[in-house]
Amino acid sequence: MAALTEEQSMIRDQAKSWVTEQSPVQKFREMRDSGIESKFTPDTWQAMIDMGWTGILVPEQYGGSGLGYLTFGVILEEVGRQLTASPLFASAFVGASAVLLGGNEEQKQAILPKVVEGSVILTLAVDEGPRHSPKKTKLVAERSGSGFKLTGNKTFVHEGMTATDYVVAARTSGEGEEGITLFLVSASADGVSREAVTTFDSRGYANVHFDGVTVSETTVLGTVDQGYRVLEALLDRARAGLGAEMLGTAAQAFDMTLDYLKTRVQFGQVIGSFQALGHRAAGLFGQMELSRSCVEAALQAIDDDADAVPKLCSLSKAKVGDFLHEMSNQLIQIHGGIGMTDEFDAGFYLKRARLLEPSFGNRAFHRDRYARLLGF
Amino acid sequence: MMSDSPSCSGARPWRQGDDLPIIRVKYSLSTLQYNEMEGKRMSKQVALEEFRASTKTWLEGNFPKTLVGSAMGLEGEADDSMKADFELWRQRLADKGWGAPTWPAEFGGAGIGHPEAKIISQEMGKMGAFNPIPLMAGMGVTMVGPTLLEYGTDEQKAKHLRGMASGETRWCLGLSEPGAGSDLASLITKAEDDGDTYKLNGQKTWTSGADISQWCGALVRTDSNAKKRDGISFVMLPMAQDGVSTKPIRLISGASPFCDTFFDNAQAEKSDLLGPLNEGWSVVKRLLQHERQSQTQARGPGGSTKKPSFQQIAKDYVGVDDSGALADGDLRVRLIDHLMDSEAHGLTVNRITAEARGKVEVSAAASILKNSATKIAQGKAELTMELMGSQGVGWEGDNYTKEELDNVQDWLWGKAISIYGGSFEVQNNIISKNILGLPENTQKG
Repeated sequence: MAALTEEQSMIRDQAKSWVTEQSPVQKFREMRDSGIESKFTPDTWQAMIDMGWTGILVPEQYGGSGLGYLTFGVILEEVGRQLTASPLFASAFVGASAVLLGGNEEQKQAILPKVVEGSVILTLAVDEGPRHSPKKTKLVAERSGSGFKLTGNKTFVHEGMTATDYVVAARTSGEGEEGITLFLVSASADGVSREAVTTFDSRGYANVHFDGVTVSETTVLGTVDQGYRVLEALLDRARAGLGAEMLGTAAQAFDMTLDYLKTRVQFGQVIGSFQALGHRAAGLFGQMELSRSCVEAALQAIDDDADAVPKLCSLSKAKVGDFLHEMSNQLIQIHGGIGMTDEFDAGFYLKRARLLEPSFGNRAFHRDRYARLLGF
Repeated sequence: MMSDSPSCSGARPWRQGDDLPIIRVKYSLSTLQYNEMEGKRMSKQVALEEFRASTKTWLEGNFPKTLVGSAMGLEGEADDSMKADFELWRQRLADKGWGAPTWPAEFGGAGIGHPEAKIISQEMGKMGAFNPIPLMAGMGVTMVGPTLLEYGTDEQKAKHLRGMASGETRWCLGLSEPGAGSDLASLITKAEDDGDTYKLNGQKTWTSGADISQWCGALVRTDSNAKKRDGISFVMLPMAQDGVSTKPIRLISGASPFCDTFFDNAQAEKSDLLGPLNEGWSVVKRLLQHERQSQTQARGPGGSTKKPSFQQIAKDYVGVDDSGALADGDLRVRLIDHLMDSEAHGLTVNRITAEARGKVEVSAAASILKNSATKIAQGKAELTMELMGSQGVGWEGDNYTKEELDNVQDWLWGKAISIYGGSFEVQNNIISKNILGLPENTQKG
């Protein structure tokens, strides 16, 4: 694995300065307090589009810059630091990946430029119950005339209320990995309905219902019945990207905690001088460094199209998951009473941490997957 | 592609007055600059590949085939012809400067960079060759030598470095004392001015290889009135003299390379003082950084590369269920955690190496890696013992395989990893103070 290139470091610095100046966590607080239905502010989203962030994965011939996954990862990390809410991850990262992995030339030309300019917001609809279990996909897609008819429910769909189109994992035959097909379904298609779910991280999610939704053959992403391979590759990209965002969220929680350790005075001295807390901080710092290596290695492996992608993506999601879990708890613990107040930001990080944890597979899911990939 | 902005990605033309830090700003690097950078990178790469080819040729012509795959520590165990080949190989490596390849040629090295040195060890690995010199030199090539290169006088470098780089002079280090372990600066071994020499009195402990070393680097108190760290010096002295005696230490794991070393009016030349008088603490800090760096490989002690994979050992002893998962769910989860930690550690070593490319200084992250490597090495031995069940508890005899007995040694010996080279707790102090900038505790009582 390589270190970040000069270009990637530059993009990270730019993203950091924009996020810190234009979209600090205070903006997230204002968004939450405003009760806005979209769960993100349109000007934030527009600024991301204008900066070219929505085109980072998209090759130049479809209107993007084609800079790749690790580059997008450094931006997601910065976004994760200030909890900036937007459909960036759902659409420009996961959605664009779906089209790049499964789409034919026609689909790429039709959709990708719109994802880049923001007129299409894509999102992946995969989970159907409380557990992330893509192999157990039940939503039925049966042949109907020259197309398909989709019937079933999807849960916990990221940005599900604002998405214009869904990438839907459906079952066309068989069971397990066999017989899964991916479809691109418009949110305004007849028979599609959705309801917002109110989660404690104050971000946008929906349950989406498909009630005999008729779609044409041209909406199939990839090959009928053979969608699992693409779905798994897509999920791995989502996991790697989410890992980067989680790393940012945890890194910010670490920085906040470290600042507090250096300024909070009790018993006549700053609390960071107590060895119990110094060692705890040292341990968390070590976890952070290890997590960062996993996150960057997973993204780099995707860019390199390496065989180790599945293993590294599970490693990344699990390791950064451990770190964020612990870090978000320590953020509250070390801040003490102030950390419990809504006026302080710590709660936002704790809540966000627990929302990201089960997204696209929790730590247990990825531990099991990692072991199976290693043959035990 | 927009014709008026040749390096624009083409998504949308740049908007005048747009104050946002746009992604496409990256193209502000002119194509010319970019090509130049790329050209330099390419020519460096070509040079490295040429170096790899010539390395391979040299190794093929010079490494005795009789030694292929034999362990580095074969001294003493092999027959006479093997010993002769081993000596021939050592001599050839030493002549080539590849015992310590990154050292300057005038001091017995080859004067090459770290990427080239890495290529040499990669190519050696591919053909079952090895560089025995760092091991033969004891603490010479890995620790004393690099510190000498930085702090030594020209005379000292000329006197000592060649013997290390050729593997002919073995060095030990006299640092810890019975009363000075983690708190190394509380050491009391004295060195008194005695004309042209210093006269040393005191006891050092945990001196690895002291009984077979020719030279010792010792940390001694030269000013007992100064504050703890300020009255310490680093001197080098020959072991073959009346005033020096050693006694091996037996450990919980059995025999060990460690000794107690006694100085009873031992003599060190004044010209063998490394660094300024009473400033030995900064010398030893540097020395220990080199030590930590050499301890960051997360390998179990005595581990060889030919062992079956850890998950294979687990499957052999524990078995699998119908789905192919390890039959014991609890052990399986802990094995997963261990393997994940291990892979994360490896990726971190790679990342830090890549980030440090071209920089000479030892990375501050070295202290993080030591604790991480420690946890993995100790965890592996504990977990292996658990996986092996009652076969994991043997001390000796035919009831146990070599692998089973080796693990017991790894397990017991491994307890030392979190103690030496700055204990687990001392590492955490270093991280919290030096890296995170947390203050010292001033609380009394």
